[in-house]
Amino acid sequence: MKKYLAATAVCALTGGTAMAQDVPVGIIMGFTGPIESLTPQMAASAELAMTEVNESGNFLEGRTLVPVRADSTCIDSAAATAAAERLVTSDGVVAIVGADCSGVTGAVLSNVAVPNGIPMISPSATSPALSNAEDNGLFFRTAPSDARQGQVLADILEERGITEVAVTYTNNDYGKGLADSFISAFEEQGGTVTLSSAHEDGKADYSSEVASLASAGGELLAVFGYSDQGGKGMIQSSLDTGAFDTFMMGDGMYSDALTADLGDDLNGSFGAAPWSEGEGADRFLEITEEAGINGDSTFTRESYDAAALIALAMMAGGEATSQAVADNVMNVANAPGEKIMPGELAKALQILADGGDVDYDGATAVELIGPGEASGTYRYYEIKDGEYSTVDFK
Amino acid sequence: MDLLNAIVALSNFVIVPAVAYGAQLALGALGVTLIYGILRFSNFAHGDTMAFGTLVTILFTWWFQSMGITLGVLPTALLAIPFGIAGTALLVLATDRVVYRFYRRKKAKPVMLVIVSIGVMFVYNGLTRVILGPDDRNFADGERFIINARDFREMTGLEEGLAIRTTQGITVITAVLVVALLFWFLNRTRTGKSMRAYSDNEDLALLSGISPEKVERVTWLIVAALITVAGVLYGLDKSYKPFTYFQLLLPIFAAAIVGGLGSPIGAIVGGFVIAFSEVAITYAWKKVLEYAMPQALEPDGLVQLLSTDYKFAVSFMILLVVLIFRPTGLFRGKSV
Repeated sequence: MKKYLAATAVCALTGGTAMAQDVPVGIIMGFTGPIESLTPQMAASAELAMTEVNESGNFLEGRTLVPVRADSTCIDSAAATAAAERLVTSDGVVAIVGADCSGVTGAVLSNVAVPNGIPMISPSATSPALSNAEDNGLFFRTAPSDARQGQVLADILEERGITEVAVTYTNNDYGKGLADSFISAFEEQGGTVTLSSAHEDGKADYSSEVASLASAGGELLAVFGYSDQGGKGMIQSSLDTGAFDTFMMGDGMYSDALTADLGDDLNGSFGAAPWSEGEGADRFLEITEEAGINGDSTFTRESYDAAALIALAMMAGGEATSQAVADNVMNVANAPGEKIMPGELAKALQILADGGDVDYDGATAVELIGPGEASGTYRYYEIKDGEYSTVDFK
Repeated sequence: MDLLNAIVALSNFVIVPAVAYGAQLALGALGVTLIYGILRFSNFAHGDTMAFGTLVTILFTWWFQSMGITLGVLPTALLAIPFGIAGTALLVLATDRVVYRFYRRKKAKPVMLVIVSIGVMFVYNGLTRVILGPDDRNFADGERFIINARDFREMTGLEEGLAIRTTQGITVITAVLVVALLFWFLNRTRTGKSMRAYSDNEDLALLSGISPEKVERVTWLIVAALITVAGVLYGLDKSYKPFTYFQLLLPIFAAAIVGGLGSPIGAIVGGFVIAFSEVAITYAWKKVLEYAMPQALEPDGLVQLLSTDYKFAVSFMILLVVLIFRPTGLFRGKSV
């Protein structure tokens, strides 16, 4: 009888410890709302990284990462906060992959993550405002801030010796944020912005906006808008009236449809777009194809990297806690250490277990700078003969 | 030379766009004013009828293009306009038969008809989107410019360029032709005269044997023609998107009211008043003044009265001022 009791006790104990072996990780993304077409692939990519970690068997003596999804809605901060609250209090997640859109990410960070000490790695929030958010060292992102893009664009102008430009941006958080960061970077370098004017998307006629920009003058027009919306309208109208014939374009303007429509008129115009290419991106495509995920979709690479960084940081800290993640993300993401590609997480875990250093490169050549955000690689392109041609990577 | 530059810059950015825009508004406002004068209600479905007429024209344009029929340097859409007008005429006549006539028989108050027309607007709205979707459509073809800025600079040696798009030229010429035709019809033909009589005094007109059914039918036909032409010209010159046509409702109504509802000449003047004030008030005059003024007086700022964001507010402002000080409009139309 005693033996039986002991046996059941042991069983109960091991059962209990099996539960304790699970490490819940939240994935909070807008599964409903404006970017609901992107989020399934993003979440699947993050889960792919966790599965890879689990299958390696090297992770913290066989503990298991368990993804828990929640809906950020992308636009409703209250709903996102409630969903994140649930992840922390009832699911007990130790870290969060997300959120996705800049607005809800800020809300989740200040309302849930900071009060509870839960680290977040967002794969897709690009607003410059998040760089200065009060985060107690808990917020990271694998997407570059638009502040960086503004700097990159200002550098390109300096390289070209252009000192006077007019700016137009689409009238929303993205356009305004990017225009502001570009203008401050450009003015710091001694450049002059003759006029910064917003344009509304979806209008038929931009001639009066272009007229005031033309009056202000400038060597070229910097356009921070969307290629299928007002940004294209502004360029078209500028070309028609002869107000400007050279344009510098932000990432929202990069599309093949734009060059197809305007063609040779855009020759000599240039711009920058986030780019991931090289070994990491190729490897990522291989493993997502194997797993049946569309790895070409936007922000899938960043999502995979975010989840991988959380696992590696736990491994480096030697425990599956929030503190371990917050303390170690920067170490595993940056040099020194051995470069880690997508699909090599098992190797990375082994190196960390042996006390070595890793420099996680992942699918997007991860390099976290400043307050823990991706430096981002931008492709500096110029349009020649109606086609995009690469000048440089920055 | 500097004065020439100032004139060219002004023409390029203010006069040419405003004249084309004014012509498009004038055609739209003429339709509103005819309906108000003869059928006696404000037709809020105007913008969406315009979108529908353009849609039919676009479909025919595409069909012609696919068969290889084009007008050479002119846009193919001009060829498709008659079909667009026919389609729109069918639609508005059917609507009149099914919806408006019912309320006219019941002698419904004008304000009730306004609400009814809002309902019609939503139906048209959906109809247009079901057929062609809510996206931007570009259906202009042929030569893009009569003269473009670069050529103009090379030709004249001036610093400033002047660009006139083919569509702007066509807009103005077509508008003049259509308006001339309309006035000839209203003043010289029997039907036109009976329409004016019906508008002036309904009871007297009925007593003298004018058939109300016929007047109403002819009015809808003319409105369908005006509206389709206005919509196609606007779409050619700018771009076709159902939502922007809906938004055009405001400047069109402003134009009709400023000119005096029920007065055709008022609608035309109103169209140009609204267009010129929208463009001129939001224009930054710096460049023009730099050329025109002696160097000592050159302005530092942009000399812009209002940011372009407030473009629509200009129509509202003019509307308010006119309603306060001259409720019947510039040309003594009916009081609103």
